[in-house]
Amino acid sequence: MARKLLLEHDSVPGIETFEVYRKHGGYRSVEKALKKMSPQEVVEEVQKSGLRGRGGAGFPTGMKWSFLAKPEGVPRYLLCNADESEPGTFKDRYLMEKLPHLLIEGMIVSSYALGANLSYIYIRGEYMWILDILEKAIDEAYAKGFLGKNILGSGFDLDLRVAPGGGAYICGEETALIESLEGKRGNPRMKPPFPAVKGLWGCPTVVNNVETLMAVVPIINEGGDEYAKIGVGKSTGTKLISAGGNLARPGVYELEMGLSVEEFIYGDDWCRGIANGKKLKACVPGGSSVPILPAHLVTKTAAGEDRLMTYESLADGGFATGSMLGSGGFIVFDEDQCIVRNTWNFARFYAHESCGQCSPCREGTGWMEKVLNRLEHGQGNLRDIDLLEEINKKIEGNTICPLGDAAAWPVAAAIRHFREEFEWHVSHREESQTRNYGLLKESLVG
Amino acid sequence: MVKVTIDDIQIEVEDGTSILNAARLIGGEVVPPAMCYYSKLPGTGGKCRTCLVEVAAGSEKDPRPMPKLVASCSTPVQDGMIVKNKTSEKVHTNRGAVVEFLLINHPLDCPVCDQAGECHLQDLGFEHGSEGTRYEEERRTFDPIDIGNKIKLHMNRCILCYRCVHVANQLTDKRVHGVLNRGEHTEISTYIEAAVENDFSGNMIDVCPVGALTDKTFRFKSRVWFLKPMEASCECTKCSGKTVVWMFGNEIYRVTARKDKYGEVEDQDGKAGWICNECRFEKKDPAQWNIIGPRTINRHSVISQGKYSAARANSQKKIENE
Amino acid sequence: MSSTHVDLSKRHSETPCFSAEKLAEAQKLMSLYPEGKHKSALIRILHMAEEEFGGWLSIETMDYVAGIVNIEPIEVYEVASFYTMFNLDPVGNYVFEVCRTGPCMLVGSDNIISYIENKLDIKVGETTKDGMFTLKTAECLGACGYAPMLQCGKKYHEHLTNEKVDELIAAYRSGELPK
Repeated sequence: MARKLLLEHDSVPGIETFEVYRKHGGYRSVEKALKKMSPQEVVEEVQKSGLRGRGGAGFPTGMKWSFLAKPEGVPRYLLCNADESEPGTFKDRYLMEKLPHLLIEGMIVSSYALGANLSYIYIRGEYMWILDILEKAIDEAYAKGFLGKNILGSGFDLDLRVAPGGGAYICGEETALIESLEGKRGNPRMKPPFPAVKGLWGCPTVVNNVETLMAVVPIINEGGDEYAKIGVGKSTGTKLISAGGNLARPGVYELEMGLSVEEFIYGDDWCRGIANGKKLKACVPGGSSVPILPAHLVTKTAAGEDRLMTYESLADGGFATGSMLGSGGFIVFDEDQCIVRNTWNFARFYAHESCGQCSPCREGTGWMEKVLNRLEHGQGNLRDIDLLEEINKKIEGNTICPLGDAAAWPVAAAIRHFREEFEWHVSHREESQTRNYGLLKESLVG
Repeated sequence: MVKVTIDDIQIEVEDGTSILNAARLIGGEVVPPAMCYYSKLPGTGGKCRTCLVEVAAGSEKDPRPMPKLVASCSTPVQDGMIVKNKTSEKVHTNRGAVVEFLLINHPLDCPVCDQAGECHLQDLGFEHGSEGTRYEEERRTFDPIDIGNKIKLHMNRCILCYRCVHVANQLTDKRVHGVLNRGEHTEISTYIEAAVENDFSGNMIDVCPVGALTDKTFRFKSRVWFLKPMEASCECTKCSGKTVVWMFGNEIYRVTARKDKYGEVEDQDGKAGWICNECRFEKKDPAQWNIIGPRTINRHSVISQGKYSAARANSQKKIENE
Repeated sequence: MSSTHVDLSKRHSETPCFSAEKLAEAQKLMSLYPEGKHKSALIRILHMAEEEFGGWLSIETMDYVAGIVNIEPIEVYEVASFYTMFNLDPVGNYVFEVCRTGPCMLVGSDNIISYIENKLDIKVGETTKDGMFTLKTAECLGACGYAPMLQCGKKYHEHLTNEKVDELIAAYRSGELPK
């Protein structure tokens, strides 16, 4: 069984309480960092670990921290992005539900490293019951002297608060998150300036994902070098994967980077194959915005090498034959699933979640949704398929925030790999309403 | 001061100047069009994506090109930056795309729109749009709402530039209208059909790039190109009193602020020349004004004689060449 | 397609007012932010108000919240209409929000939605005649591994089947499950 750094104790009864968590080694990293290390040393450990942002972008955390502006007399803020909303992703929810103190611990150490004395966890409003869990744990941490003034006599002060959203995927984008935390509409900001210079209330701000901040704990406990030994190349450490869709055993898994995709889907310790004995048709390995892969490119790269659960291997082949690790939202499609229907479903999601600020996204996502809706419901034409490709080229790269790209990529990839299925929806208008192309085309199924 | 090159023209500008404003200092065709940015309203810009330009070199220190087109209105220049506007194919393609996006749900009711002739979307479409439409879906419509007896809100025409919201925030003491809902359902509204009434609310009409906010006292009175714009002034306690009155014969049909070639209000007495609602809506008697003389029309407008003749000359040339 | 505007007939008959305890809670929430940044508590106070005043935000409720937070009412309308969790129209006692996004759809959320529609004899967006249930769809609620699912209040109901939906509706009707 693989090594677990975050989920080591997730099944211990009462682990969500301070007492049990502490008994299982909790808050050691706070003692170590605040008593024996300088903030700069904490940053250096994180840099050495090679930890990359676990929210989806995969940007090196230590580097992100090093960009934080430190003007004299201006407060700095650390914000935890717990707005988990990327379809297919539910790991942060699991982590916070089970291990609220691990998040608090990670935030204390990270706030110390960044010199933040007031930090917030921004959690999606639908997770209101988890907000209750977090606030209870925060109260405990205050009572035990791990939050508040002069933590463990180190002279470091930290206040930690939780703020809920109100239902908006876009608030996972860091500047939209900041706007929402300020009590406004979740409209992403123009960049520059970046949050590291001008973030929350105009002050330098770092925004990190739940899993990222939790990973700081084992990095400090065991050292950045030790952490970096796990994994392959630039994909270090462990990664939480949310596995969903047509799997025999969906759920949240922690794996060492470098596990093969084949093993992850079919292995007994993992997802145990496709549900109901069916065959794999396709997979979206990193949350709804990353390109879909047809069966033959899921477990092997185009070059015939084993596909691994790493940032690099999942991206092997670029967008032509690869995808992305993204947020680790691993969505599996069995042979009965309709790609056109799913593409329309995702397009509807992005149209629904566009903030509406910039014209390409506001108008383009709605347009794609309508065209795909027609195609799926037997009202499409062949020219619609080309039109979709053109619309998404016009959105991609031209919007204020990455939601435009996130909306464009799944459509582009679905057409790239499953064009025949879209065409079949045009040529078999009636049939496509009741039957699925995948069932007819055995050759598509790996 | 930093040096920046836009379409092969070099200029030295102050630190922190945006690419767009640097281009405006050069002037002419290197200036990207802007539908949402408004220099007199801090906080505007970045939304319409019309002014996107290509940065071929980021700066002297880091001469790498920027991977994506950037919003020229909100990206500051760097020393040694090389920008491509009209010389970039990518920029041209994007502008065509923005026109298409802005028009798919636009009612295209120009024949009955009071903004026709001085509409920035018309101008943008004229320069960057293509013929016909590929949009086969139902166009989005909004229920009309009444925002008072002076200003007409025609939401179907709105391109969501947010300028009017900034006017309300920055020029009036109490904002009652704003941006509601989200995505393609986003709209400008008061939500409860309140009247937008304030001494300076009429400036929303002047900043609106399209016909979404028009002057009810001028509604359907005349096409703008039949009117004679005259510079005028009056003694006013609320504003500078320096305006343009639009006349037909000896009658004043409407009053607007004095606007520059980018459609922005000109400075009067050292500050932005916003005008008050009394000057705009109430003073329609020539006796109330000191009429100074004819006003030159901005280059952007279809009603601009120069523009019209230039376009005509071009098409004339084309015909001759064929 | 047409946008809907506020229906002025749908108003609270009385001006909403927090209890002294709730008002103190709202004040405390605002105090969690640095001085002058109390507007940051708006979203959380709107959640509170929605819970207190019938599961939705009427104009009166939003105006009341604007007063508490000391901002213009339009600022509240702007925020409330941006986020999907805020109901701007009256709802039933229990609001079922069924996730309809990809991973849930792959394992049958569409069937669950039509099953509930038939069972309650309402369409998505409607409320039962007895005012008990409102059915809505939601975009990804972060339960993809435990799909299909619906949210009701703070509670997630996962691994849904038709039988489970029957039990759920019966339990809510009988008052076994809290709001």
